[in-house]
Amino acid sequence: MTPNYKLICGMEIHAELKTQSKMFCGCKNDPFHAPTPNSYTCPTCLGMPGALPVANKQAIEWTVKLGLALGCKINLFSKFDRKHYFYPDLPKGYQISQYDLPFCYDGQIETSEGLVRIRRIHLEEDTGKLLHKTVDGKKVSLIDFNRSSVPLIEIVTEPDITSAAQATEYSKKLRQILQYLDIANCDMEQGGMRLEANVSLQKPDQTELPNYKIELKNINSFRFLEQAVEYEISRQTTALDAGEDLHQETRGWNSTKNQSFVQRSKETAEDYRYFPDPDLPPIRFSEEQIEAIRVELPELQETIIKRWQDKYRLEPRFGHQLAKSHKLAEITDQLFSVAFTGGTDINKLASAIDNKKIVYDLESDVDKVITDFTTLHATETVNTADLDTIIQTVIKTNPDILTKFKQGQQQVMGFFMGQIMHQLKVKADPQQVHDALNKALENC
Amino acid sequence: MTNQLCSLTLAQTLNKLQKKEIQMSEIVQSVLDSIKKQDSTIHAFLTQNEGLLGDVKAREKLPLAGLPIAVKDNICTKGLRTTASSLVLDKFLPQYTATIVEKVCQAGATIIGKTNLDAWAHGSSTETSQYGRTLNPRNTGHLPGGSSGGSAAAVAADMSIVAIGTETAGSIRQPAAWCGVVGLKPTYGRVSRYGVIAMASSTDSPGPIAKTVQDAAMMLNYLAGQDLHDPTTSPQAVPDFTQSLGKSIKGLKVGLLYQDIEGMEIVKSHIDTAAKVLTELGAKVEPTQALSPQYAISVYTIVQRGEVSSNLARYDGIRFGNDRTFFGDEAKRRIMLGTYTLSKGYADKYYLTAQKARTLFIQDYQKLFEKYDCLISATSPSFAKKIGVTENAAMFGELEDMLLEPSSITGLPGISVPCYKDPQTNLFIGLNIIAPMWREDRVIQIADAFEKATDWNTWKETK
Repeated sequence: MTPNYKLICGMEIHAELKTQSKMFCGCKNDPFHAPTPNSYTCPTCLGMPGALPVANKQAIEWTVKLGLALGCKINLFSKFDRKHYFYPDLPKGYQISQYDLPFCYDGQIETSEGLVRIRRIHLEEDTGKLLHKTVDGKKVSLIDFNRSSVPLIEIVTEPDITSAAQATEYSKKLRQILQYLDIANCDMEQGGMRLEANVSLQKPDQTELPNYKIELKNINSFRFLEQAVEYEISRQTTALDAGEDLHQETRGWNSTKNQSFVQRSKETAEDYRYFPDPDLPPIRFSEEQIEAIRVELPELQETIIKRWQDKYRLEPRFGHQLAKSHKLAEITDQLFSVAFTGGTDINKLASAIDNKKIVYDLESDVDKVITDFTTLHATETVNTADLDTIIQTVIKTNPDILTKFKQGQQQVMGFFMGQIMHQLKVKADPQQVHDALNKALENC
Repeated sequence: MTNQLCSLTLAQTLNKLQKKEIQMSEIVQSVLDSIKKQDSTIHAFLTQNEGLLGDVKAREKLPLAGLPIAVKDNICTKGLRTTASSLVLDKFLPQYTATIVEKVCQAGATIIGKTNLDAWAHGSSTETSQYGRTLNPRNTGHLPGGSSGGSAAAVAADMSIVAIGTETAGSIRQPAAWCGVVGLKPTYGRVSRYGVIAMASSTDSPGPIAKTVQDAAMMLNYLAGQDLHDPTTSPQAVPDFTQSLGKSIKGLKVGLLYQDIEGMEIVKSHIDTAAKVLTELGAKVEPTQALSPQYAISVYTIVQRGEVSSNLARYDGIRFGNDRTFFGDEAKRRIMLGTYTLSKGYADKYYLTAQKARTLFIQDYQKLFEKYDCLISATSPSFAKKIGVTENAAMFGELEDMLLEPSSITGLPGISVPCYKDPQTNLFIGLNIIAPMWREDRVIQIADAFEKATDWNTWKETK
């Protein structure tokens, strides 16, 4: 990009919550594993005449939970609104969403390129799915309502993102947090998490935000997101350089051609005729209820790893694997605490787990893991005289290595260690061997 | 139809059954005969339940013992055609049954058939039904009112022992008044809306239309209560409403509304007479002032049209029913007006302003109820109008329901009981009684006392 232009980018990310039942009815929420199309449906999620929605409490609490994890403020008074538009996969002719009072607002996610502010997080229902097929030689469009009314959260950022890499980093972090909180699977390929980037370029010396916005929609992988944003930067740069005026439009990403393409131009703004859904009473939270959710909030992955590093001097390479999910992180935290009190070397323990030398998973018992680790590292006391004899033999039979050592090549220590340990034929304490070897070499 | 089994009230029916003086099958036969004889003229029913006799047999041992009731056709009944009197749903067979129908059937009621209404319940005449108008059984040159005109006419003509209607703003009470029967509109949230084809979701209230106050109270016992399928229903405890029958109204403070507003000339003196009856029964009645119902019409029209435009969005003809070209003129008018008032830039001006004005009405009533135990007025400013009057009157319903819209937009319970019959035309005037939220017991108490003290009710045993 011409260095003069600055990328202005905000993200809108949708994720399906993994509650047992759907957002506004009791149907099973498992659209990707349903035995047949339309098997998880009822009058409510089919939008039948007279059917009414009932809000899923769990989904509301999880939305607040995510909000608290991202440092958001919570609206103690909130409501659901109807968003109207016609599409065959939208059975009621409107989607139940949230307009001016989302559950959460004003949060943030830290990235290596700076803070990305979260504008709002709201809860809504997903739509059904259209399938275009040929049945008995006729081209038909079919509708599968298994996904209809699945709880969907939308996380909207401020336009704080300044590079394609940051857009990706932000999205990955958000997914990791959603998974860590155990509230969404975020299966990208199935559409369980959908990325949308609003991209425009700010001209040099321009202080106000650009007067256009290109919405990149329906991106289903982080790689495509990065490519699409990069592509837009260069496309818009070329256009602006050529003196073109850019206008509001929605574009998709063609991953075969590596190009974005126009889906809908937005010259006439859509009017969704939002109004409060009269079928759903407003939602009121007390400060105490929010506090109760906050207390339940797990320590986030980043925080817990940082704590392990500070307290146990855990090497950075081990953290993520051992805190892959919230459950695992809890077990690891307990393991480290017990091991540390017992004087076990935490990095050795982490390494043994990392190298799969001991079995470690969600089913693991902390005491058993420590026993396994101790057995693995059990050493036999070696007679000092025997050890010295072997050390001398090894040094003498390898004069060239000794020379190298004397020339300052410290790494040959490893060779000596290997030879000695091999000849000892018992599991000796490497520290004891190492110390003895050092002493011997000093005297050479 | 006097002296026939079909002209028994619900209370009489259950009494005779208990004493084994009659069998439910005889009642059912009498009701079916009555329908056969009259409904080709009255046209109260759109669909009859072919499975009726089987249902009656299956429910003999339940409390309502197979009691045949009429159900307004905007209430979903599984496998039984439900049209809301619109050709859009001409062949629609619901896949589920509304909670209220489920409840009365579990108590032993059976559905005789589905009754006519203004299409989508948009109206106060039953004249906008796309299946043809219903006639007032008291005088067939006149309208039954609406939108629950079919249900009110069925009860008035002894074609059903009781009926279920729905009211959004007058749709139970106004046809009850015009047909000379009792119509009870419960507090919003007292009775489940699940399965009732939505008109204006924030005011829709299903309720009974019956021959007597006692019957209405008995039916409300079966209809009321929280429904987990409808989050707008209240967990409020449901009392036994029949406990309010036969109670003295001595000392109750009653505010008399709307007697001095324009257009009350025809009914005014009869409402004054009704007020006198209540005074004689020991109540303290005095005229009082409330916010002008004119404002309630504006508020109701804006809120209701907005909600209608949203609620009718699902009838796109893709999955069920006919396409949008089958909508009648009234529905089209309401969709257009509602779409306009909810549009960007206009929603604040209209919809949100209307909601604020609605709050003013709520506060107005709160103040009045600090002073009065209940409020009374005419149900409708006129007798039943002649057939055909709605043809060029788009706001017909709103003007007819003027006196009821304030209590509808505020969710209050109300009842209409007959308080005068014109000897020449055989047409009725209704007395509307309203009380604070959740106080159906009080409207029943006063209506019952009034009914017992007067001769207007044509099913009274003393007749």
